[in-house]
Amino acid sequence: MRDTNEMEVIFDSRSENEGFARVAVAAFLTQLNPTVEEVSDVKTAVSEAVTNSIIHGYEGDIRKISIRCRIRENTLIVRIRDEGCGMENVEQAMLPMFTTKPDLDRSGMGFAFMEAFMDRIEVESEPGVGTTVTMEKTIGKGRNIWTTQSI
Amino acid sequence: MKYQVQENCLTIFLPREVDHHHAEEIRKNADMVIEKNHIKYVIFDFERTEFMDSSGIGAIMGRYRLIRLVDGEVWAVHTSMRIKKILTLSGVTRIMQIYEEEQR
Repeated sequence: MRDTNEMEVIFDSRSENEGFARVAVAAFLTQLNPTVEEVSDVKTAVSEAVTNSIIHGYEGDIRKISIRCRIRENTLIVRIRDEGCGMENVEQAMLPMFTTKPDLDRSGMGFAFMEAFMDRIEVESEPGVGTTVTMEKTIGKGRNIWTTQSI
Repeated sequence: MKYQVQENCLTIFLPREVDHHHAEEIRKNADMVIEKNHIKYVIFDFERTEFMDSSGIGAIMGRYRLIRLVDGEVWAVHTSMRIKKILTLSGVTRIMQIYEEEQR
């Protein structure tokens, strides 16, 4: 199909890879000519989801996290998936300030940041099976494109 | 962790990227320094910081919880527009002051 592009990365759930994950997505995103602000938004959202998989999904075990990105016209769709412990109550987990690990200095703002910085977020989770977070962001919204007119 | 202690004041020079990976190191080291030097004021210096996520917010909140016991304060300095946005959005500005420099 025209106007679509895809990539997928699979990596170990080590905290060192958080930087790699957000930079990989940001690099893929550059083809849409995003602003610095839009790149930062996507990087933050990806970082939050990957951190969740590492800390909560796998609880420190080293297993695989996959990120699949798709670009459709000027929209980025990014899906972050782990096969970790999953969640019983997704709605509760998404409440701002809710955290199951306050002792580890978790702020409980992860999902709130994903919601704030992306246009859409969908979370599917099943205890014992894993969690998939799908987020969307349209790049260049509200920006006018000007074309010079030939005389 | 890069830091400086002046009397009861601790300045933490945050890394370029304050994510879960780097926040862990700050969490482990800062509490040790705070306890040993009877720190009351913690200044987070964002001069070098280009990226921060909610793990950074957690690290700030955690240090605040500790020094609140001695009536201490947390401050942020050298914050870029992006860092200010993250701090404000998280609500952490309710417990932390952002020090604004004079325009030169």
